[in-house]
Formats: sequence, structure tokens, C-alpha cells
Amino acid sequence: MLWVAWKMLIGNRVKYLGIVFGVVFAALLIAQQSSIFCGLMALTISQIRDVEGPEIWVMDRNVQFVDDVKPLADTELFRVKGVPGVEWAVSFYKGIARARLQEGTYEQMVLLGLDDATLVGAPGGVFMGSIADLRRPDAVIMDDAGYKRIWPNEPFRLGRVFEMNDRRAVLVGITKASRTFQSFPIVYTRYSQAIQYAPPERKVLSFVLADAAPGVPPEEVCRRIAAQTGLQALTRKQFIWKTIRHYLAKTGIPVNFGITVFLGFLVGTAIAGQTFYLFTVENIRQFGALKAMGTSNWTILTMVLSQALQVGVVGYGIGVGLAALFGRVVTGGLSRLSFFMPWEVLAITAVAVFVIVLLASLLSIRKVLVVDPAIVFRG
Amino acid sequence: MRDVPPPAAVTTAATDVAVRARGVTKSFGAGSSLTLALRGVDLDVPYGELLMLVGPSGCGKTTLVSIVAGTLEPSAGEMVVLGQDLVAMRGGRKVRFRRQNVGFVFQSYNLLPALTAVENAAVPLLIAGWRRGQAVEAAADVLDRLGLGDRLTRLPGELSGGQQQRVAIARAIVHDPRLLICDEPTSALDAENGRITMELISRIAVQPDRAVIVVTHDARVYSFADRIAAMEDGRIVSVERGPRSAPQQHGTA
Repeated sequence: MLWVAWKMLIGNRVKYLGIVFGVVFAALLIAQQSSIFCGLMALTISQIRDVEGPEIWVMDRNVQFVDDVKPLADTELFRVKGVPGVEWAVSFYKGIARARLQEGTYEQMVLLGLDDATLVGAPGGVFMGSIADLRRPDAVIMDDAGYKRIWPNEPFRLGRVFEMNDRRAVLVGITKASRTFQSFPIVYTRYSQAIQYAPPERKVLSFVLADAAPGVPPEEVCRRIAAQTGLQALTRKQFIWKTIRHYLAKTGIPVNFGITVFLGFLVGTAIAGQTFYLFTVENIRQFGALKAMGTSNWTILTMVLSQALQVGVVGYGIGVGLAALFGRVVTGGLSRLSFFMPWEVLAITAVAVFVIVLLASLLSIRKVLVVDPAIVFRG
Repeated sequence: MRDVPPPAAVTTAATDVAVRARGVTKSFGAGSSLTLALRGVDLDVPYGELLMLVGPSGCGKTTLVSIVAGTLEPSAGEMVVLGQDLVAMRGGRKVRFRRQNVGFVFQSYNLLPALTAVENAAVPLLIAGWRRGQAVEAAADVLDRLGLGDRLTRLPGELSGGQQQRVAIARAIVHDPRLLICDEPTSALDAENGRITMELISRIAVQPDRAVIVVTHDARVYSFADRIAAMEDGRIVSVERGPRSAPQQHGTA
């Protein structure tokens, strides 16, 4: 009888497409908006993600998120190195610098200063030049998106010169890097170089990057660092989630997207539900005839649910497919919109679609379950 | 109270009676809006008989046949169908009983518009749990006997009224039910198609181990009846032998 239910459903093409459209609309909106939201959140933690290698970030205890830099004294590096369980620890500078270009214009940039000796935190996607070139005087490596922002429509070229804080900076490499939330260009240099590019301050150390000794859990090392130094020590994952939580709690981003997602859910449910109900009402005599012929209420229920499920599967597939296509288009260079569709978005959209088709079918289920089979005896 | 006292004639043995109704009453509403649709109806329908239930609109024919079919509960009285007490039967058991033993031909065909002729005819077998291939094969055989062997893959919308009703007849008998209920099977058809429909019912549907009840107000088809029970105002007012019956077929009304 599930086959009969399926044939009844697709027999009325217009109604079927109407029901599917409602689900597609909801799935598309939920998946697309959630993915844009995830993309935005990914921007906020991009610099933590891009710093591969160190598992532990040490910072001032009042730091709330990765861009909330509160400078530390240089001696904090040695205090962290002295904590049992710390395999190694290096300095890391992060700040905003203002660059003066040869054209005479100014551009704000994210300036990252890597440990001079080890260059820990160097980008892994250098495709022009090499990381080793950072050891040259005044050397900087820039991200490709930042390069295109500063010099649009110009081919990549090493050797470009600009100034930061009246200090010369020479472009020795270009790298792939994740965009930042502010979409500023990202410039990598040595730590000793970075503190010269930065405005003079008494304290300049932004973070201490460290790693745990083999066999010691990073969380345990963080706890020891916090206890011994009074600083805040977080694993990479903890710092990522702390940053995301900050943006969730302190900005209107989640509410904004949440409203849009909720509206998509509501509208999708309304369209699908109304059309599904109309479909059921149009077929009520057929359901009555089936009941008269001995179809049990349980079978009728599974027929309606299978119809709803079929619509849900088709609508979900088309909806997330369109959302993925949208993401493909916008991340392909058509716009600077951030888009990230992790499996969690697909799962949440699937759950939402399931709830939509369930709600949409509830009224119909009630209608067919209470239909009197004697209805078919009336003209 | 019985309206028509049984004639002092030979009563049919219980095993020969497919339907036995005694004192069946049905009321709708309550208090001042109480309506009596049936007022103590007595009726016997033997196997192998085509009984026509006739009467004006609103006389209770549809209510009575709904109770016989088990789709409606009587307010009072006894209804034994195929040896089973329908009044005592509840819920799922009644649904199963109907599924296995009763076939229906409806006034407005009630075919599923998205299913082909053979798929529609196979529905009772699908409801009974048959595999689709086997159900369709069995339905095709029945449709072929009804002269629709070359219309198996047509949708109801592509068939004439008479052809649709033949598909409905095939659907009604494909699972070999012991009781066939036809509710105004010819009212939506012209005279010729109505005659063809009744011919098919009487020739193919009526079997020695099957009782057929036809609800109709179409006098053109009375000639196909073994007996004609006339109803008025919720009562059976007369039972007459039909043109089709043999002289010895007497029984309670």
C-alpha cells in the first residue's frame, strides 16, 4: 500500500510540486542561512585555525576572543616555558597595522609576528616564495585575498614594497589563508620585525604558543599554566569555541540568522502543510473507499506518513542541493560572502525538514483517520 | 417492531443466509434532533441471490447497506453477516472481516485516479498484502473476463463511465468476496451502460457462494433482481420476487 500511497501522491503533479516546493524553500533557506552563519563564525576563528602546530594558546586572563588582544610582558614566555609538561613555547604577535602603500594610500592589515627561530605559526599555503624567506630583512608574506584587495586586477608579484610605522616591508611570499572577520589583508613576518612595525608600547607580546609534552594531555598542561602563571591557557579547540561563543553572545548575528531560519521553517511548513492538506481533502473519498475496502487505520497512517516522508526526502535533496550550489557560486569568486556547510548544517536541516513534513501531515493524518468509510456510500 | 411479518413459507436454512438482519434500528442525533433512519428492519439475503434494495432518497437504503457492510454501527438490533455477528465485532476485527469478505461497487466508482485500470482492480489484493506483481496479474485476469483486457494500462480519466464501472466491479470481486454490495451502480451511467453493468454483475458477480445486494432507485435495472425489497421511511414495506428468481425462492423479508 505504500506504493499506492506514492502513486496517489505523484498522480496530482501540481499538488505534488506545490508540497515539494514548500519543503525545498524551507530546506534551502535553513541550509543556506545556516551555512552563511557558519561561514561567518569560521571567519572569526580563522586565525586560530590557520596557526597549525601549537595546541596551546596562552594569553591574558581577560581575553575574550582571538581579536581581543591584551599585551603580555615578554617575561611571560619564560614563565610558561618553566611549567612542567610544556614541551616548547614561543612568542606570537597579533595586531592591526596601518600600511602605507607606494601609491600613497593606506591600508589596515592584520599583522602576525612569528617566533624568529622556529617560525611556528607560519602559513601552510605559501604558493609564491617560501617561508624561509621570512628570515630576510624586512620580509613579509601576504595572503592572496589581501593582495587582490590591495592591488586588484594585478598579477601576483613578489618584491613589492610598502611601509608600516615608517618601516620598510618587502613582499617575499604570497600564501593561501583563511579570511578574517574584518576581511583585512594578513601579513606574516618575524616577531622581532612585527614589534617594530607595531606602534611602540611597553608590552607587545600577544600570545604565547605552546605544545604539551608527549603523554601529557594539553588540557592538563593548560591547567598547570593557569595555576602557575595566573594567565589564561586554552587548547586550540577551547579557544576556538570561546571566540565563537563571544560572537554569539555579544553580537546580533545569531539572532539575525536565527530569525531568518525560523521564518524559513514557518513559511515552508505553511506552504507544505496547506498543500498537503488540500491534497488529502481532494483524495478523502479515495481514502474513505480504501477504509471501506478494509484498509486499517494503521495502514492509512503509514500511507500518509510515507507520502510526507517522500516529499521530505525529495524536498530536502533539492533544497540542500540548491544551497550547496549557491555556496559553490559565491565562494567561487562571485562575491566575498562567506559560506561553510559542515555536516552539522545538513543534519540540522534534515531534522527541520522532518519536523516540517510531520507537522504538515498532522492535519491530513487527523482528517483521514476520522473519515467515515460510510462517506463513500453517499453520492 | 417488525414492519413486514414473515410469510408462513419455507424459511431458508441459516447456512444459506449470507445476511441476517433482525430489528435493526439506526438513529442519528439526540434529544429534539433525534432522527430515526432505520426502524426495526428485518432482512435475509441468501447466498447466490441478487437482492435489490429500492426506495426513494432518504428512505434508509444507504444506512442499511452501510450497516450490512460493517461501516456503520446500528443503534439496536442484530446483524449477522456471513455467520459473523457484526454488532459484537469490534475495531480491527471488523476491518479485517470487510477486507476478506466484502466487495464494494460505489456509485461514483471511487477509483484512484493515479492508478491504471489493472492497478485499481488490484487494490483489494494489495490491501490484503499480496505482492504487487501477483495482485496485478490476478486483476488483469478479472478485467479480461469483464471485457477490458485491452484497457489494463489506461488511467480512469481515459476510460468511459461504463468502463470505469467495470473496473470498479473487477475491484469488487478480485479477492473473491462472499458478499458484494453495490451502491447505485448504474445511476451515473446511461441506459445502455447501466444495462451492461447489471448484466456483468448478475452474470459474473452473482455466484452460488456469494450474495449480492444492489441499492438502486433505477427502475430500468429491476429485471436483474432475484428479489426486490422496497424501503420507505426506514422500514422495509414489501419484498417481491424479482424477474430473475426461480419460483421456489421464498424467504423472510
